[in-house]
Amino acid sequence: MSTQTKKKAEAGADGERRLNMIEAINDALDIMLERDPDVIVMGEDVGYFGGVFRCTAGLQEKHGKTRVFDTPISECGIIGVAVGMGAYGLRPVPEIQFADYIYPGLDQLISEAARLRYRSATEYIAPLTVRSPFGGGIFGGQTHSQSPEAIFTHVSGLKTVIPSTPYDAKGLLISCIEDNDPVIFFEPKRIYNGPFSGFYDKPVEPWKRHPQSEVPEGYYNIPLGQARTVTEGEQLTVLAYGTMVHVAEAVCRQKGVEAHILDLRTLVPLDIEAIEASVEKTGRCLIVHEATRTSGFGAELSALVTERCFYHLEAPVERVTGFDTPYPHSLEWAYFPGPVRIGEAIDKILSE
Amino acid sequence: MADRPDGERKAGSNKPALALHVPEPKYRPGDTVDFSDLDIGEPGKQPRPDEACDPSEMGELAYGLVRVLGDDDKAHGPWDPKLDPETLRTMLHNMALVRAFDERMFRGQRQGKTSFYMKCTGEEATSVAAAMALASDDMVFPSYRQQGILIARGYPLIEMINQIYSNKGDKLKGRQLPIMYSSREHSFFSISGNLATQTPQAVGWAMASAIKGDSRIAATWVGEGSTAEGDFHSACTFATVYNAPVILNVINNQWAISSFSGFAGAERTTFAARALGYGLAGLRVDGNDALACFAAQQWAANRARANAGPTLIEYFTYRAEGHSTSDDPTGYRSAQERTEWPLGDPVMRLKRHLIAIGEWDEERQEKMDLEAAERVKAATKEAEKNGILGHGLHHPFRTMFEDVFEELPWHLREQSKQAIREREIKFPEGRPNA
Repeated sequence: MSTQTKKKAEAGADGERRLNMIEAINDALDIMLERDPDVIVMGEDVGYFGGVFRCTAGLQEKHGKTRVFDTPISECGIIGVAVGMGAYGLRPVPEIQFADYIYPGLDQLISEAARLRYRSATEYIAPLTVRSPFGGGIFGGQTHSQSPEAIFTHVSGLKTVIPSTPYDAKGLLISCIEDNDPVIFFEPKRIYNGPFSGFYDKPVEPWKRHPQSEVPEGYYNIPLGQARTVTEGEQLTVLAYGTMVHVAEAVCRQKGVEAHILDLRTLVPLDIEAIEASVEKTGRCLIVHEATRTSGFGAELSALVTERCFYHLEAPVERVTGFDTPYPHSLEWAYFPGPVRIGEAIDKILSE
Repeated sequence: MADRPDGERKAGSNKPALALHVPEPKYRPGDTVDFSDLDIGEPGKQPRPDEACDPSEMGELAYGLVRVLGDDDKAHGPWDPKLDPETLRTMLHNMALVRAFDERMFRGQRQGKTSFYMKCTGEEATSVAAAMALASDDMVFPSYRQQGILIARGYPLIEMINQIYSNKGDKLKGRQLPIMYSSREHSFFSISGNLATQTPQAVGWAMASAIKGDSRIAATWVGEGSTAEGDFHSACTFATVYNAPVILNVINNQWAISSFSGFAGAERTTFAARALGYGLAGLRVDGNDALACFAAQQWAANRARANAGPTLIEYFTYRAEGHSTSDDPTGYRSAQERTEWPLGDPVMRLKRHLIAIGEWDEERQEKMDLEAAERVKAATKEAEKNGILGHGLHHPFRTMFEDVFEELPWHLREQSKQAIREREIKFPEGRPNA
């Protein structure tokens, strides 16, 4: 890993190597740039400066200007050239500075990257990993806070991955870069520096006290398509990803509810077996995401659970989501699906 | 022209009313066409700058027209690529083959053998001659009217026809609209139906080639109408920023379906002039002059290969036929445009040039045309053994779910089972290729 980031890496009380999510992502990129000469990291401000969130800090200095470089402010161009680089045989890892900025690149993602393998009958592939910080809770206003994952899960040919811890961020990102299909890798920026509990008036815990901030040195991967059990429990199943994993966990802890919390980690392909097994056990299912409600990924999850686990359900499936408004700047915490909204939904499910 | 009379005032206001300009082509169906005001310059008069020259020193070439073949059918001036007669005959042959192929495939669509076809009549030089100026392993990112590249690179006609028929021999497994070819073996990128998306991809490929210290360059083709897409702007920006070894070919054939080039900005400036704002080398070329097309592409290829920079080339040509088999141009433009086009027909001009230099004659031309037609006919018969569209001889049913991802995920596996069940209900007796 880069010297710059290395300085920040701290040892926990047990002497293990502790990283926050930014450092874990930097570590994954560093390892893959080292292991595979075809890996290219590019995006707005990612080169000399090391990214507005510092995820690429030190990488250009270490790996050189033709492996890690800045790009014009053109998401269409960034994704478009990445598709061409993939056709050449490279493995580009473009960064889109904020998920909110990804829309000018949508045609290149949806009509090109996602369809290339199919339309060329495997003559050409687009093995790109598009990294992008997403989600709110940082007072970013409507153009620095969105969670557009459902736009991508709706596209055949794209994989969508969202980590919720430093350990997962590193292992999943490595798997994404090695994957031969295009992957959208959304980084929940609210939890870059600590596992935000949703209680915004309380100080944020740093990652170093969280067990999942133990990030081993060197290469490891976490296969795509596998959910992670966050807590075991019999009372209800909670399906979440990204920031909301930690918020849901904090609310359950506070309420003394024993929930089986599944961190989905990969939305496409989804770990349907883990979901079915959990809901069949608990008979109750809460889905939590930060994105807007209508046609959100929660709608897909709710439909799947209802279709596949109907006779095990003892209560209707509940969704807790952001509201169907743009992300409001001053009313951020009224928008955010926080402890009150989640708590109310848990009470409703458990009272049935 | 303003759509509101001069001097009109909005009620209650003494300020002059603004007027919206909506472009209108000069000629509509039935109109008498007169292209005499079109400045096409003189063959041989344009200077040929050094291939490493600074784009700012060659600005005039973005407004003029590089022409080599004169009215005397001889090659003129510094852009004459001085090709040997054998290469010229190959070029003529390739162009004639493209034309014969287009004729037969168009007819095949009308006979119901496939759903769709697109001819490139009148534009053959912009793909055939340009492709011949590149190395065979230079990567091309074409649009949908560059069948000439595949033919120039020796791609088997039967493979093209299999693709057009979407039959069981189609290497793309019947997934793409006819003519959306792909051939990695021929360094020919998979064609997209979405316009101009290939332009930044070509730049990216060229950047990758430069990152790896390779010697191969990339070239892309895009219609003048599609230069209005943001992708084209991205391509120009990335090309200039990274000095990518790439050639951006803009085929200005005057018409984008029914929209004339004015809707892409042609009333104000040339498409080659787009290059100047980006600091790209810009060339504007007679697209019906095969020698000029070859020379321009060769100039740009040499420039790119020497790390001297990317080039944007506008080929000024005319789309002699409809946009596609789904289009009827008599509804929006004058039929006289084709006959009055001042730059003639690219195949006939090259033929006359070869005759003028004593390397060809009408008899050989007739024989060549006949052989081209026979060759296409034979390939068509052969391809038809693999089936025509809608007659069952397509790829096996299961292939519908393959290649969405490298591995089949559970949800697609479930959906493929559903599709098989539906098929069994619809065809209880079973069908071939099930």
